[in-house]
Amino acid sequence: MTISPELDKKADEAISHSPAEHKRAASLPLLHLLQHEFGYVSEDSVKWVADKLGLEPINILELVTFYPGFRQSAPGKFHIRVCRTLSCAMAGSYELMESLCKATNIDRSNTTHHNPIAVSPDGKFSIEFAECLASCGTGPVCMVNDDFHESIKPAEAAKLVEDYRANA
Amino acid sequence: MADIQYLEGKQPHAKEHRLIFRNVDRVGWNPSIDKYLEEGGYNQLIKAVKMERAAITNEVKASGLRGRGGAGFPTGVKWTFIPPTNTKPVYLICNADESEPGTFKDRYILHQDPHQLIEGMAISSYAVGAKLAYIYVREEFPEAAKILERAIDEAHEKGFLGQGICGTDFELEIYVHRGAGAYICGEETGLIESLEGKRPYPRIKPPYFPAALGLWMSPTIVNNVESLCHVKHIMEMGGEAYAKLGTPRNTGTRILCVSGDVQKPGYFEVQVGKVTLGELINDMCGGLKPGRKLKAVIPGGSSAKVLRADETFKVKQGDEMVELKIEDIPMDFDTLAACGSMAGSGGVIIMDDSRSMAWVLNNINSFYAHESCGQCTPCREGSLWMKKITDRIVRGEGTPDDVDTLESVAYNIDGRTICAFGEACAWPTESFIAKFREELVGTTKAENRGKLANPESKLAAAGLD
Ligand SMILES: Cc1cc2nc3c(=O)[nH]c(=O)nc-3n(C[C@H](O)[C@H](O)[C@H](O)COP(=O)(O)O)c2cc1C
Ligand code: SF4
Ligand code: FES
Repeated sequence: MTISPELDKKADEAISHSPAEHKRAASLPLLHLLQHEFGYVSEDSVKWVADKLGLEPINILELVTFYPGFRQSAPGKFHIRVCRTLSCAMAGSYELMESLCKATNIDRSNTTHHNPIAVSPDGKFSIEFAECLASCGTGPVCMVNDDFHESIKPAEAAKLVEDYRANA
Repeated sequence: MADIQYLEGKQPHAKEHRLIFRNVDRVGWNPSIDKYLEEGGYNQLIKAVKMERAAITNEVKASGLRGRGGAGFPTGVKWTFIPPTNTKPVYLICNADESEPGTFKDRYILHQDPHQLIEGMAISSYAVGAKLAYIYVREEFPEAAKILERAIDEAHEKGFLGQGICGTDFELEIYVHRGAGAYICGEETGLIESLEGKRPYPRIKPPYFPAALGLWMSPTIVNNVESLCHVKHIMEMGGEAYAKLGTPRNTGTRILCVSGDVQKPGYFEVQVGKVTLGELINDMCGGLKPGRKLKAVIPGGSSAKVLRADETFKVKQGDEMVELKIEDIPMDFDTLAACGSMAGSGGVIIMDDSRSMAWVLNNINSFYAHESCGQCTPCREGSLWMKKITDRIVRGEGTPDDVDTLESVAYNIDGRTICAFGEACAWPTESFIAKFREELVGTTKAENRGKLANPESKLAAAGLD
C-alpha cells in the first residue's frame, strides 16, 4: 500500500481539526480518506491510521468492524445501497432490491449481518441494504456510490444500472 | 414574502409558515454565500456579537424554543446547564445525523441553505462561549458534507468565521465531521464518543446533559440542525415575538415530514400546534390513496408510539378535558405526549388499511435490531429477539404465545438501559401490541399457520434473516 503525498496532506488537515492532544478524533476522517482511495479498509490501512494517530491497530479495527459505513473487502466499481426501512419498504424497496439484483446479476443469498455486501460476478456492481437514508417522502431511494436516487420504480432499476454500466 | 417563487410542484401549502424552509425549493436560489447575503444573511450574527452573551440565551429562553431533534427539551434552558464556574473550553456540536426513520428535514437545510445553519451555529457558539464547533453529518450525506465545507470556506473569507469575527474579538472554527452509517451516533453522547474517534457507545448518565461534561470531558452543547437554525430567526424576531408563533409552550414553527400511504408525501413547515393531524393528511398531503382507509399513524419518527385510527384520546385543553379523534390532534409536543405518543423528530408515517401490522412492526424491529450498539444486554438481546419473533410471525410460523413473549421482551428493555434507544426500540412493540393485539394474535393462529401475514410482505419476509 502506498500513501500519496496528497493523501498524507489530507490526513494532516483532518488531524488539525481537533486540539493536538485529541488526535484520536481523526480516526473516522482518516478511515474515510483511505476507504475512498482504496475502495475498502485493508489491514495495512488500519495499521497506517493507527500509526498516524499514535494508537494501537485494535483501536482502529474496532471502528471498522462496528460502523456499517466501513467495509473490509472490495465492493464493486459501483456500490449500491438500497433503503430498507419502513417508508421505503411501503413504497417498494424490497422489490427494488430484487430488480437491481436481477439487473446486475447479483446473488444476495449468502449475505449476513456481518457480511452484508454482495458483488456481481463481473465485479462492476455490489449491493447492500441500508437503513433509513432520510428521504422517506420520496421512497424507494438508493445510493450508487455518492449519487442519490429517489422515487425509483422497480421497473426503472434496469435503466439505472445500464446508465452506470455505460459510464464504466 | 409575495416575491418568493417556488419550483413548480413544490409550492408551500397555504397552511405552511416558512421560516427555516423559506429558501427550500426556491426559484433562483442556491447555497452560495452571495445569495445568502443578498437578503440580509449574517446580519443577525453581526447584531449578536455586539450583545451580552447572556442576553442571547435569554432571548432563546423567552422564545420557548424546544429541541427539534427528538426530545423537545427547551434549548435556552439547556444552554444554562454549562457550569457557571467552568474554566474548560466549551464546544458546540450540530447534530446532523438525521437518521430517525421517517425524518427528512435536515437534509434540505444542509443541501439548500447551509449558511442559515452556519449563522445559527455562530450565534449559538457566541452565546455559549464556544470557539470550536462541529457539524456531525451522517455518512450517507456526502454531497451535504461538501456543500457545508464550501459554505464554511466562504464564511471564513467574508470574516464570519475565524479570528476577529465581525470586527470583535470573537473567534470560531466550524468543522464538518462525517459519521459512518450508525443510527446510534444520533444519540448525543454516542455522537460525542464517535467524534472522539471511538465506537459510539452512549455514555452512562448522569450527567444528564453533555452541557455539564461532553466532548473531551468539557461542557458541550449538542443541538439539532433545525434547532440551531431557529436561533437565527429568534435573533431576528426577538424571543417574545417568536413565542407568539405556534401555541403556548409549543412555540415557533417546525417541519413535519410525512411519508407512507398518502397521495402526496412531503415536508411542511407549520406553526407548532396550529395544524391537526387530519389537516396534515387530508389537506396538505392530498388525503389517502383512492379507496383506502386510515389504519395507523406513527407521529414522531419510528420510535414514537403508534396511534390507531379509531382511537379516541382524552387530553386537557385549557382547563377542560376533551376527547379527540385522531384527525383532531394538533401536532404539538404536549398534545402528542398526552395522547400517549410523542412529537419526536417530526417524522409522521401514515399507514392505510392495506398494511399488515405484523409486517410493519417487523420492519421496525429489524431496524432496531440492526442499530443497537450492543452495550446493554436488554437492548442488544431484546431488540434481536423482538425481530426474530416478528420474523417468524410474518413468515406464518408464529405460535399463539408469541405476542405475549414479544410483549414481555419489550417491557424488559424499556427503562433498563444506558440510553433512550432502549425505549425507542421497545415502544413500537409495546404500542403495536396494545393497539393491534387481536390482529397480531390472529396471524399466529393455527388456521393461519404458514400463510403470510400479508401477501405484499412476501419479499420483506424473504429479505429479513
Ligand atoms: C437513539 C437516538 C437517536 C437519536 N438520533 C438523533 C438524530 O438523528 N438527530 C438529532 O438531532 N437528534 C437525535 N437524537 C436526540 C439527541 O440525543 C439530542 O437530544 C438532540 O440532538 C439534541 O438537540 P435538540 O435539543 O436541538 O433537539 C437521538 C436520540 C436517541 C436516543
Ligand atoms: S440502550 Fe441499546 S443503544 Fe443504548 S447504550 Fe444500551 S445497547 Fe446501546
Ligand atoms: S425509510 Fe427510506 S429514506 Fe427513510
